[in-house]
Amino acid sequence: MNIKTMHPLSSAETSKISTLARIAAGLLAVGLVFFFALPAAAQKTELKVGLVAFLSGPAAGPFGIPFRNGAEMVIGGINSGTLPAPYDTGKGIAGVKIVTIVIDEAGGSTKQVTEFRNLVQRQNVDLVVGYISSGDCLAIAPVADEMKVLTILADCGTPRIFEEASYKYVFRTRPHAAMDNISAARYLLDKVPGLRTYAGINQNYAWGQDSWRDFDAAMQALKPMTEATTEQFPKIFAGQYSSEISALMLSQADAVHSSLWGGDLESFIFQATARGLDKRTQLVLTASEPYMFRLGKRMPDGVIIGARGPYGVFAHDTPLNRWFRKNYVDRYATQPVYASYVVGQAFLALKQAIEAAHAANNGNWPSVDQIISAMEYMEFEAFGSTVSMSLGKGHQAVTEAAVGVFKFDVDANEATIQDIKYYAAECVNPPEGISSVDWINGGMQGAKCN
Amino acid sequence: MIEKDKTLRTLAIAVAIFAVAGFFLPQWAVFMLTLALAKGLVVLGLLILWRTGLLSFGHALFYCTGGYAVGLAGLWGLTDVVALIALGTVASILLAFALGFLITRYREIYFAMLSMAFSMILYGVLVKSEVLGSTDGFNISPPTFLGVKLEGESLTLGNYLVTCLLVWAAGWGVHRYLQSTMGHMSIGIRDNEIRVEYLGVSVRRVIHVKYVIAAALAGAGGAISAMVVGHIDPDSMAYWTVSGEFVFVTILAGTGSVVAPFLGSIVFELVRTYAFQYTPYTWQLILGSTLLLLILILPDGLWSLFTRRKARV
Repeated sequence: MNIKTMHPLSSAETSKISTLARIAAGLLAVGLVFFFALPAAAQKTELKVGLVAFLSGPAAGPFGIPFRNGAEMVIGGINSGTLPAPYDTGKGIAGVKIVTIVIDEAGGSTKQVTEFRNLVQRQNVDLVVGYISSGDCLAIAPVADEMKVLTILADCGTPRIFEEASYKYVFRTRPHAAMDNISAARYLLDKVPGLRTYAGINQNYAWGQDSWRDFDAAMQALKPMTEATTEQFPKIFAGQYSSEISALMLSQADAVHSSLWGGDLESFIFQATARGLDKRTQLVLTASEPYMFRLGKRMPDGVIIGARGPYGVFAHDTPLNRWFRKNYVDRYATQPVYASYVVGQAFLALKQAIEAAHAANNGNWPSVDQIISAMEYMEFEAFGSTVSMSLGKGHQAVTEAAVGVFKFDVDANEATIQDIKYYAAECVNPPEGISSVDWINGGMQGAKCN
Repeated sequence: MIEKDKTLRTLAIAVAIFAVAGFFLPQWAVFMLTLALAKGLVVLGLLILWRTGLLSFGHALFYCTGGYAVGLAGLWGLTDVVALIALGTVASILLAFALGFLITRYREIYFAMLSMAFSMILYGVLVKSEVLGSTDGFNISPPTFLGVKLEGESLTLGNYLVTCLLVWAAGWGVHRYLQSTMGHMSIGIRDNEIRVEYLGVSVRRVIHVKYVIAAALAGAGGAISAMVVGHIDPDSMAYWTVSGEFVFVTILAGTGSVVAPFLGSIVFELVRTYAFQYTPYTWQLILGSTLLLLILILPDGLWSLFTRRKARV
């Protein structure tokens, strides 16, 4: 073998290779063009949603897990295109499937703000749906606006979010908590016409304090000659209410208001019924619907029950609701509660708003701004009833409210609700531009009740 | 042979690297580092007490005082970052100075429990304050930097750089303090208070000063985290679990150096956030067992990784 044959390439070979190289480079260039151009030109393939709910801690059982289950089931329905009308518009949202990244809401607002930023910037979610705690909602809203990320607050109650500030990227698709207590006060005064005195037992934290404040003010606005005899504020998760029940018994009030939830509510019911409090006074439990099936016949008959809106047993019998209940019970072998309803409602709002924006954008995936303008002041059918985004400059939902009386049906061995009354949204929600507290204290001017 | 103390040099280099890295790191990381460093400041205060043999199980009292001082000042329209941090620090100093007269009488578990009791009193008062939003808390508008209003990424970066600067200053100051006569009293007091008294030093006064310094650092940490998060509420500022987290990070980090608290704090935040992301249902388990393992392997904290190597050399 001599050196000549070792010479790497003849000129013919060189030109052959350079041709090959040119072809390869050309292909690569075309590939690159496709690679960068495709995502922009092609349809969006998936909608990445950060889903935040309590997965641990005391709020996980009553709210967090039913919330996540409701979300999973409704997302399944949207992705497979099996929702009934008016959401039978094909698979996904405008053909795009929803995928979720689930995050635990436990740990306090500081951690939630950090994790919200991580969801958006590390996990690159398109939007965030969730939050059960009002403190978390208050903390997240300004961050969502700062980061320009569409965020649906699905379950928290405090009216302060859109009454103290206004946000562009933040929506709340469930009504705020003022109407729970206004409707409870209206119902109570209808049911007990001669009522003179009332008392309250609420947990000593923002939810309990706000609930009592709203109820007390609503009672004073509706019937000024009534009087609150005692207000009890046990610690949250106290579980032991003997001294509070003694105080309530002694106060001899005609009615007792409570916004207790979870294990606290169940403990209170056991301890109160054992001492006959329910026989002496009319109990008004504004957030007790999720527990009536668990408690069954241990819940005393005649208690006034609320579900924080037209959800669960208060939901209207529509094809949407029938689909929701059937699928939920089939999948989780338990009744859906209001947390399941409100998160389902959030995803229906997204489907309707994005598809409207998609149609307006000539069938192209809409920008965040286009979705926002479609969602502002939108009205949509949800599993419980019709929802209007009419407060908070079109970012805060209102619905009708519903209240009823508990009755255990011994023959059917089933917990039931009787004498359900629906209150129109304008009857139990403040108009735009006035805070709930001011509106109630001012005598609920302009309330339109049917 | 006395080894030359390189702590201040290490601190300066580390802070400089972190500050520069802030320009290149993704936003979420910068935000998380800011919070981790702010909490590191609180842990730095606990380190001073720890070396004296004192464990404060209620240091969230001062963290919360700093945070709420910032929040209240914000309601009155004060937004300057330097003024806000100074205010949070001074508020904590005043409170600690007053409480110090009582708490410096106690040691060991009594000191720990009494400090926890004070923090839970503040928690209880805040929960009862409906004007301050009770457990829902309230929002704080973003700070301004010498009159300049920043937004978005530059705001995150601005907060981060201010925090880095403060970390450097605090680390420098605490290290100098620990090297001083009063600082060295720590170990003396821990080992034998009577001997220290016979040296002519008032143990209570020394502890009082340390308590105030620790509170000042916690106040600054609370002020920063309130500003960057933009929201304060009693559950994430004053509840005893917050204090517990600080104690935990102190143990995790080790008390060997003023750099350790910041290292420990960053590791803690990283473990927590990735546990959150990958195991949303069992993140507490992952967090707990990771930290338990770290402590089993490194009983003197993360910092012992560095001192061990030095000893071998």
